[in-house]
Amino acid sequence: MYGFEALTFNAKDGYLEALVRGYRSGLLTAGDYNNLCQCDSLDDIKLHLGTTDYGNFLQNEPSPLQVSTIVEKCTQKLVEEFRHMRCQASEPLATFLDYLTYGYMIDNVVLIVTGTLHERDVQDLLQKCHPLGMFDSIETLAVAQNMRELYRLVLVDSPLAPYFSDCIRSEDLDEMNIEIMRNTLYKAYFEDFCQFCQKLGGTTAEWMTDMLTFQADRRTINLTINSMGTELTRDDRKKLYPAVGLLYPQGQQGLAASEDYDQVRAVLENYSQYQTIYSKMGFGETPLLDKAFYEEEVRRSIGSLDLQFHYGVFYAYLCMREQEIRNLMWVSECVQQDQKARIYDGIVYIF
Amino acid sequence: MSSNNRLPVVPTVTVLAIIKARLLGATKGHQLLKKKADALNIKFRKVLAEIVKTKTEMGKTMKESAFELTQAKYAAGEHIKHTIFDNVEAAQVKVKAVTENVAGVKLPKFQYLNDGSESKMEMTGLGKGGQPIQNCRTANIKAIQLLVELASLQTSFLALDEAIKTTNRRVNALENVVIPKLENTITYIKGELDELEREEFFRLKKIQANKERDLALKEAEQAMALMGDAFGGGGSGGSNLVDGDHDEDQLFTS
Repeated sequence: MYGFEALTFNAKDGYLEALVRGYRSGLLTAGDYNNLCQCDSLDDIKLHLGTTDYGNFLQNEPSPLQVSTIVEKCTQKLVEEFRHMRCQASEPLATFLDYLTYGYMIDNVVLIVTGTLHERDVQDLLQKCHPLGMFDSIETLAVAQNMRELYRLVLVDSPLAPYFSDCIRSEDLDEMNIEIMRNTLYKAYFEDFCQFCQKLGGTTAEWMTDMLTFQADRRTINLTINSMGTELTRDDRKKLYPAVGLLYPQGQQGLAASEDYDQVRAVLENYSQYQTIYSKMGFGETPLLDKAFYEEEVRRSIGSLDLQFHYGVFYAYLCMREQEIRNLMWVSECVQQDQKARIYDGIVYIF
Repeated sequence: MSSNNRLPVVPTVTVLAIIKARLLGATKGHQLLKKKADALNIKFRKVLAEIVKTKTEMGKTMKESAFELTQAKYAAGEHIKHTIFDNVEAAQVKVKAVTENVAGVKLPKFQYLNDGSESKMEMTGLGKGGQPIQNCRTANIKAIQLLVELASLQTSFLALDEAIKTTNRRVNALENVVIPKLENTITYIKGELDELEREEFFRLKKIQANKERDLALKEAEQAMALMGDAFGGGGSGGSNLVDGDHDEDQLFTS
């Protein structure tokens, strides 16, 4: 398998790979972040971002600049780039790119379902949706009065239908906690995405499996830590773990039984790949693992750029851009709230 | 005494008694109000000190909770806020208004009520960023508690301020207007009464003097007459019926 995709890859996807590598060089560097950290106001940040690839994206914004505006505009830029690539893509890259948006789609569906249950206005809800997770019939989601109808009328036509039908029985739909539903869907999504990548084969399969393994494990660990002390039972917790990843199935057994951080740590110590993660978990105290995970994600994403002729680079690009938006959000918030001391705590340097 | 700083009264003993009773009432009222003003002042200072303390704390807590929100957004993504907004059913934290009684002044006070229900929110961010969200929640609940406390204190402060102003105005009015006026009135009435008494006394004296003089005159005349009788009507003292009194002609005209 290896090496042979190079024969045909460029004929179909060469342009897009070039494009995504071009976009990648537009990512902010450590130098840029250092400059941004020196800023004293959001206007300074705007000024500095003007000299980067972001250009004049904030030019038409009225002067009292909000952090949310910056984040929104950055996301918009990412969405535009992604949509451009999606339009140019041919199969199977097109499907691959679609798969990348399913995560956002799940969030949007869950958002609209929650909103509908609480009788919020549909138009308001649609505005809150993530633009990457839009699909054609999303507007009709709110038509449904209960969950069964929702599935029968709307979701069955959406790409998420198999996840719903596989994991959620319609009698469960009504009384299910919305967070459990979200995580069940995510679990199905991970498993499906993994299978799809295996089917693609070659470097894509190799790298994407590695990345998705990490993502699934991250989800597993997060689920464990976040469900401690909640009403979620062990069995329910175990049901939400994706059936992929390094921790599956041995580690997940241990994690499902874990009731405190030390136990989680003990389980993770068996997996040397996650040394960077569990070394961040102090003994006895509440660890904040998010940054450690983000760093690991970025590290792995950068690794994808060393390989060629595979689709993983698109996924990596999406991850890195998301991280960049988070970084910018963090820097802007720190600048705005005058928390300069904490400014370096949240930045994950990409390059 | 200037006549404009007193009540327009008729200076009689009855009125004097009434005014004296009023002065007594005013003095008593003044004392009571003074006590009330002192009590209010003590409370006022206490509230002020607490406001200063809470405000200092507020700045810190607000900053912290705002930063916790940033951390939650960082971990869970900007879009988590919509999920949270849409999951809200009923307010978990409520504020109850009660009144506190300080020296007869009703002060509004707010009580922080947390119905303790963890609701469905504890599952938020299960897969991503659950912990920072919970941290953010705890921090903001703390901030709300402080806010309620501060609001309560500041409302009390305003109400107290108003009450103290009214009480002080009353105290001052009693002290500087009503009581002097009553006192002036009393002095005036007393002065007038004394004056009347003096006049009466003088009149009595005068009448007595007149009476005494008349009496003396009469006695002298009587003595003279007796003497004349004794000496046979001789001399200048003797009366002559013929040429003594010149009898006027009586003219009757009709």
